[in-house]
Amino acid sequence: MSSPTSAAAERAWEVLAGVADPEIPAVSVVDLGIVREVRADGSALEVTVTPTYTGCPATQVIEASIRRALADAGFNATVRTSLAPAWTTDWMTEAGREKLARFGIAPPGTRAADAPVPIRFVRTAPAAVACPHCGATDTERLAEFGSTACKALYRCRACREPFDHFKPI
Amino acid sequence: MSSNPGSHGSREHVEYLLRLGDSALVLGQRLAEWCGHGPALEEDIAMTNVALDLVGQARLLLTHAGKVEGSGRDEDQLAFLRDVPEFRNATLAELPSGGVASTHEASGDYAIAIVRNLLFSAYHCELWRALSASADGELAAIAAKSLKEARYHLRHAADWTVRLGDGTDESHARAQAALDTLWPYTHELFETDAIEKAVARHGIGVESGTIRGGWLDTVAAVVAEATLRLPADTAFRSTGKLGLHSEHLGYLLTEMQSLHRQHPGASW
Repeated sequence: MSSPTSAAAERAWEVLAGVADPEIPAVSVVDLGIVREVRADGSALEVTVTPTYTGCPATQVIEASIRRALADAGFNATVRTSLAPAWTTDWMTEAGREKLARFGIAPPGTRAADAPVPIRFVRTAPAAVACPHCGATDTERLAEFGSTACKALYRCRACREPFDHFKPI
Repeated sequence: MSSNPGSHGSREHVEYLLRLGDSALVLGQRLAEWCGHGPALEEDIAMTNVALDLVGQARLLLTHAGKVEGSGRDEDQLAFLRDVPEFRNATLAELPSGGVASTHEASGDYAIAIVRNLLFSAYHCELWRALSASADGELAAIAAKSLKEARYHLRHAADWTVRLGDGTDESHARAQAALDTLWPYTHELFETDAIEKAVARHGIGVESGTIRGGWLDTVAAVVAEATLRLPADTAFRSTGKLGLHSEHLGYLLTEMQSLHRQHPGASW
């Protein structure tokens, strides 16, 4: 049988799984792997989050949404931001990757978080990203930066549709 | 406050953090000038995304500098209430988007933007990699985070340097002119002085001369791929990190700080 505090933490994780990312509402903050820790101590709850990108304008909205959702669920929660270890797309959940693909965003590949990224020129484009619409791997990168800091712009040469790719970092 | 140059609160520690934060902030502000003026929509978005990362890094670095300084200044006070001689950014960051000969109002030259981003992001990659092991835990965390972002900035800038350099006669000539214009200002990035020696001695910072080799390898490879030539080194040394700036920084700060100076303490 679990202790009351861990039961509270478990319930808090369930609440957090319902907090949507403000820019990509198809996935939750838990799916993205930005909730790093939930600690329950008596009636107080401390949630540790980490930003995706240093300049991500959604960071403050995410913190406010987390605070509001937990307050609505009856928790007395504080939200702490931690920079280290730095967020990596490797922390994105499997369910989160599937939700992204269904939403039309090619999820990041699973690869070593700190693998050095070689300089790649257009003519020698990096490994193919599968099209989230038709699944073809005959795709090309149009731009290194997309609609948000965390995405790049691609297009599928098979179905001709453009799509966003969540960049692996 | 301790007189130990590497300890929490030392003048050298604060100065060093201001150099890092100010370079990110001023370059971010320069790149933000491309918002709505990029040569293509994708590039407009790219420049503002890179600017956003740099301003994000600057916020963390200046917040940390204010804490280490210990006199109550926060990121806003440091960004908006200091004047030209108090800024510690490298001069390369503040040069106008149209090149050194342009006025503030002149339209930008995309070759300047791209080549500067190549030179700066290659430097940031070396710098953040080294600082990821800093004895200052907060600085190490910021560096590890920033390194991931700098790698994307470098990829973007390298891509476009090749496109411009190995493109048309016009784009090649302008990319080479941008490289020739900016090159003399890169030396400042690697000039080790007493402040760097002090923070390096305590494991907080690095002597920037030690990272020039890695930087030059990266830049030279891209420049060769772009069919451009590396300019010859000259004796000119810019001095922005000492607080002695070009005439261009004042105009940039005037614009960046105007809102905060008109409405002190405003928040939204």
